Amino acid sequence: MRFAILRFPGTWSDRDCYRVIHEVLEQPADILWHRDADLSGYDAVVLPGGFSYGDYLRTGAIARFSPVMAQVIDHAARGKPLIGICNGFQILCEAGLLPGVLMRNDSLQFRCEWTYLRREGASTPWANGIAAGEVLRIPISHGEGNYFAAPDTLDALEQRGGVIFRYCDEAGLVTAQSNPNGSIRNIAGIINREGNVLGMMPHPERAGEAIVGGVDGNRIWESLIAEALAVTA
Amino acid sequence: MTSTAFLARVYISLKPTVNDPAGNTIQGALDNLGYATTSVRSGKFFKVVVNAESAELAQVQVEEMCKRLLANPVIETYEVEVEPVPAA
Repeated sequence: MRFAILRFPGTWSDRDCYRVIHEVLEQPADILWHRDADLSGYDAVVLPGGFSYGDYLRTGAIARFSPVMAQVIDHAARGKPLIGICNGFQILCEAGLLPGVLMRNDSLQFRCEWTYLRREGASTPWANGIAAGEVLRIPISHGEGNYFAAPDTLDALEQRGGVIFRYCDEAGLVTAQSNPNGSIRNIAGIINREGNVLGMMPHPERAGEAIVGGVDGNRIWESLIAEALAVTA
Repeated sequence: MTSTAFLARVYISLKPTVNDPAGNTIQGALDNLGYATTSVRSGKFFKVVVNAESAELAQVQVEEMCKRLLANPVIETYEVEVEPVPAA
């Protein structure tokens, strides 16, 4: 499975994504500069974390109009896998590929820490290898990860099983205390209606080797790779 | 028609239903200074100079900018005030 990892000015997790996808999971991958990227030869697209365009105006708001985004939107429209992590999630929300918005953390602090996530929701190639109710340990690193959407949008999102990851405690209980940023209903990751687009604030690429403290992040990449193999088999 | 430069003042505000931790924190600081505030909401302000054939068309153009980029309709509202740029 061939991965395109996009780099905008201010992206910082592109190398980490490359390291895990290419060196740990041994998938072909390229880091592509947003101005001249050609996504046509790629199976999956990754929008990594960082501070694209210095987070000016709103997080992700400027990158959303970068030249490559027309191709990203087209890639998603054709049902191909697309993931936005942290700043990438913010970009996907600004682009309207996912509902809602990510606001300043309610603590007003930048939070860099391990979190627990409970798998919920509908089928998605990004998480079909993770059983409902399973708990993953994956770190966050953001100042603006406070997910928000209007109540009717949230209800529609929940009804279609669009919430894939929710902040929880080690035992999988969704509590106020386990919510690191004030996200409404503890939402940490969501998918689009078709399930091929996943946005999440926690960084799976930072939980890809035991030496960095855990490997739970690989479950997400492995889900996608296994699903692709099953389709081609 | 010739186009003229107009100055648009753009005010971006959070919708009343959206929590504003920055505004709340600032309000707390003002309270500490002894001011009796009942509400502080944070927002953004832009001055945009555009060329247009009339103030109405400038208004339309800047409101479109708000919809497409300057504001996020999920959480924000905008107000636009247009005036001619005074001749230098």
